[in-house]
Amino acid sequence: MYSRAYKTLITAPPLLWVGLFLLLPYLLMFAHSFWLVRDGFLVHEWNLQNYHKLIANPLYVEVLLRTMRIAASVTLLSVFLGYPLAYYLSFHAGARKELLYQLVIVPLWVSYLVRGYAWKTILGSDGVLNGFLQYLHITHEPVGALLYSPFAVIVMLTHIYTPFVFLPIYASLEHIPRPLVEASHDLGANRLTTFLRVILPLSMPGLLAGATFAFVLSLGDFLAPLLVGGPSGTMIANIVQSLFGAAYDWPLGAAISVCILLITITLLSLTERFEKRWSFK
Amino acid sequence: MANAHSATSGASGVLLAVRGVAKRFGDKEVLKSLSLDIAPGEFITLLGESGSGKTTLLRLIAGFEQPSSGEIWMNGDRLDIQPAHRRRVNTVFQQYALFPHLSVRDNVAYGLRVKKTPKIEVGGRVDQALKMVKMNEFADAKPTRLSGGQQQRVALARALVNRPQLLLLDEPLSALDANLRKQMQSELKSLQREVGITFLFVTHDQEEAMALSDRIALLRNGALEQVAAPREIYARPATAYTAQFIGQTNLLKASVKAGIATCGSLKWPTSASDGSTLFSLRPEAIQLASDVLPVSARWVRFRGTIQQQIYGGASEQLEIECGAGQPLRARIPSRAALGRDQEFSFSADEVVQVKS
Repeated sequence: MYSRAYKTLITAPPLLWVGLFLLLPYLLMFAHSFWLVRDGFLVHEWNLQNYHKLIANPLYVEVLLRTMRIAASVTLLSVFLGYPLAYYLSFHAGARKELLYQLVIVPLWVSYLVRGYAWKTILGSDGVLNGFLQYLHITHEPVGALLYSPFAVIVMLTHIYTPFVFLPIYASLEHIPRPLVEASHDLGANRLTTFLRVILPLSMPGLLAGATFAFVLSLGDFLAPLLVGGPSGTMIANIVQSLFGAAYDWPLGAAISVCILLITITLLSLTERFEKRWSFK
Repeated sequence: MANAHSATSGASGVLLAVRGVAKRFGDKEVLKSLSLDIAPGEFITLLGESGSGKTTLLRLIAGFEQPSSGEIWMNGDRLDIQPAHRRRVNTVFQQYALFPHLSVRDNVAYGLRVKKTPKIEVGGRVDQALKMVKMNEFADAKPTRLSGGQQQRVALARALVNRPQLLLLDEPLSALDANLRKQMQSELKSLQREVGITFLFVTHDQEEAMALSDRIALLRNGALEQVAAPREIYARPATAYTAQFIGQTNLLKASVKAGIATCGSLKWPTSASDGSTLFSLRPEAIQLASDVLPVSARWVRFRGTIQQQIYGGASEQLEIECGAGQPLRARIPSRAALGRDQEFSFSADEVVQVKS
């Protein structure tokens, strides 16, 4: 069919790209995690000291656990917001479907930073939400805990990732042949039973894909905690950032990155297995 | 309307009564005040071209659509106000609509399970239903692994296992190839006799309708054209449309005067009243005059020229020019080549007066 030269030519750029910008950095990171810093200089001496520090220091474990808690909360919240939205759009929106779909997508075009600062003005001490609460006399002084807390991080990340969860769920709902829903009603199932026994199982691949998006992206996020997290909202990526920056401990930063990578890979392979079980093509 | 119905609802012999049902989608009137009675145990076919409203009527009975006006009654109860899942009606869908995430067994068990049938009963009834359609060997397979014909059988079992009072079939054979279709037709017919459930069958294929049905309801533009048994609808079509849609025919526009109809050079006795009238004459009613022995006054003879002769195995189709305004189509038993000029004959009893 195609000549060998042509095949080589066409596969070289992507291979080069993956090798240079993906595999090589990962390899370097992996190597760094087994080196150490002595007197402010990076020393290429193989050791397990970084991993030992990581386990021994409760700070890292605590932040890692907090990060996973935040990522899990964001995932749950975006699924609980994104699924009903996708369901409504796919099954009941009728003629308004296109418009509503665009409304869900539009926020994705707005810069991440702009959305972050928007949440700052909403959640701050003299922000919109506090003003509103006082106006309603629910509180008499500003609630400080709204901003600079894990809560603020969860709110902001949920806002940002809900469209990412919505999209694959919506796609999988749109792919369910409508006669299946009619067949379920025809066989005596009401709406709830039809949802639980037909629609939910058939949209599972989309739900899993969306949830994985939200979890993995939240896990590695460092801008949201930086903007609205405060000290109590610090996440693991902030620690990595400071280790690679001001603290100048690349080996420890690399070791933490390897841990995050391992968690992500484990999760991805798990969801892939689930997705296989739930796909019927 | 309700009073008029309560007079008939108690009467036996009506399972489903469609009373003045109309359906509009926006400005488009898909069904125009249609009424139809269906007897228990009968195999009735809704026959019509696409867009005739046959599938819409089926969906109204199943509960997937609501009538714009009119009522549907089943066994003396209002059916159209019940949600689809409460109706004792089941549907075999055109593309089968089997649940892809469930095995064949779980597909068939679905209806029983959602209605909380006791577990012990479910197993037995599912096995029995799968045996009935000869699919028990495939109980654990996923539907996507099955051929079209096999999926069809599973869809039938899934519907019948619920013992519905009425089974709706929406062009269930249209996705199958010709041979399998013929086979499934005869299986469907014997299955219906076996279970004794009323079948409402939707098709656009008039041969299929003829082969399967006790009665055919012919739909045209959202209204019933004629409802009759296959033999009757073929032999006595009420309208020109029916005569042309079911089988082939020659439509003769004749003027009637004093019991004699005249169409060009053709003349035949008729009981129709004076005036201009349409008649239908089936191709097989026209014979070679030499083949017709009892020549009575009811037999009409005419001379014609064979313009075309198409061999079709057991029969031959002829196109005869005889000065009737249009060539007549005739179907005669096969024979050796004929001379161009022949004498033909048909019985006046075979010429049916039809409405235009």
